[in-house]
Amino acid sequence: MQMPSHIALAAHDIACQRGGRTLFQGLSFTLEPGEALLISGPNGTGKTSLLRQIAGLLPLAAGRLTATGAEAGTPVSELCHYVGHLSAIKTSFSVGENLAFWTDFLDADESALPEALAAFGLTPLADLPAGLLSAGQRRKLALSRLFAAPCPIWLLDEPSVSLDTASVKLLDAAIRDHLKTGGIALVSTHVKLKTKFAQELTLGQERAA
Amino acid sequence: MSPALALLVRDVKLAWREGGAIGVALGFYLVVVAIMPFGLGPDLNLLAHIAPGMLWVALLLAALLSADRIFHNDYEDGTLDVLATGPQSLPMVAAIKSLAHWLTTGIPLALMAPVLGLLLNLPLDAMPLLVLTMLAGTPAVSFVAAIGASLTLGLRRSGLLLALLVLPLYVPVLIFGVSTASMAIVGPGSPWPPFLMLCAISLASIVLAPLAAAAALRTAMR
Repeated sequence: MQMPSHIALAAHDIACQRGGRTLFQGLSFTLEPGEALLISGPNGTGKTSLLRQIAGLLPLAAGRLTATGAEAGTPVSELCHYVGHLSAIKTSFSVGENLAFWTDFLDADESALPEALAAFGLTPLADLPAGLLSAGQRRKLALSRLFAAPCPIWLLDEPSVSLDTASVKLLDAAIRDHLKTGGIALVSTHVKLKTKFAQELTLGQERAA
Repeated sequence: MSPALALLVRDVKLAWREGGAIGVALGFYLVVVAIMPFGLGPDLNLLAHIAPGMLWVALLLAALLSADRIFHNDYEDGTLDVLATGPQSLPMVAAIKSLAHWLTTGIPLALMAPVLGLLLNLPLDAMPLLVLTMLAGTPAVSFVAAIGASLTLGLRRSGLLLALLVLPLYVPVLIFGVSTASMAIVGPGSPWPPFLMLCAISLASIVLAPLAAAAALRTAMR
């Protein structure tokens, strides 16, 4: 299982601009090890943009992000697993090869591979070309990446889309286990999860008000 | 396996499995060179004289055909996002992917050149040097193509725009590549000074092009 993590994530007055429009500004939160943040809000209020900013894929328009407890000089993005709308799956590789690549590329131990395959019940499909997977199975494969290499911060953007009820439960349990080992999760979802979220962030409120 | 090696192996495997990239580039190279004698007539001396230039121009066009694949597929399916958050810096990712393009396109094209040289009456004793020149020059072709591929990321029909952007940058490669081969065939002078210039261009591209490509990738992912 994963090593306990002691990393805390803090956002100080961050802002996001897309196409000259300010999506949000003055956003601050602090997540201690083992805490999860639920991000909600109507469509187009910047939920995905916030997660992509933390993953280092979008620039911050203002403010800063800090991770305390990590080795000095490690950018926040390297501590993150980002699972977004796109699955990052190579259709000409088998399910096992897809995961094995991520284990290698993210510099993790190869012994994590069987566990990662089993996490969402993909072990029987390991030799199947990923191009044959259904939408739900593709999503499970994308989520299995979370187990292919340990990272303290999980950024999950609508992780439950196209998952069946049983798999949503597995995902829910996976997030709880991650928090137990001191991990941090930021989840944007519209599905009710049993995971206890330490904090909630609703975007787009000031505009409605 | 180290992250860098894992990415290189994956890219080479993908190019091999998906087949299209290598096959289309080699086929295009063959067809372009094969129709030249029909356009120029059966003057063997003329063909031998212009063979190095023809082979080089056709090689550049064939290499560009598969250049948009360097980043396009990974951009479309979200892999690039994950690669960017990984332990490797983005210039390193760009460099490894360009290297994979060279291994899967540059080397096969360079090795095919002497076979096509036969169609153009290229003197047999010039062939080893021609292959050597192409092996030395094609890294520049792949690495510079990566700049174009990253700049045109996310555009429809990016292939044509990519060619417009990148072909002018190939002029130095073309000049020194062709003059090395010409010096060897017709002289006068030694072929080595232009050959060393070609090596210098390749080395500079390997260092500088990934930085430019990474900057363009950052913009494309926004």
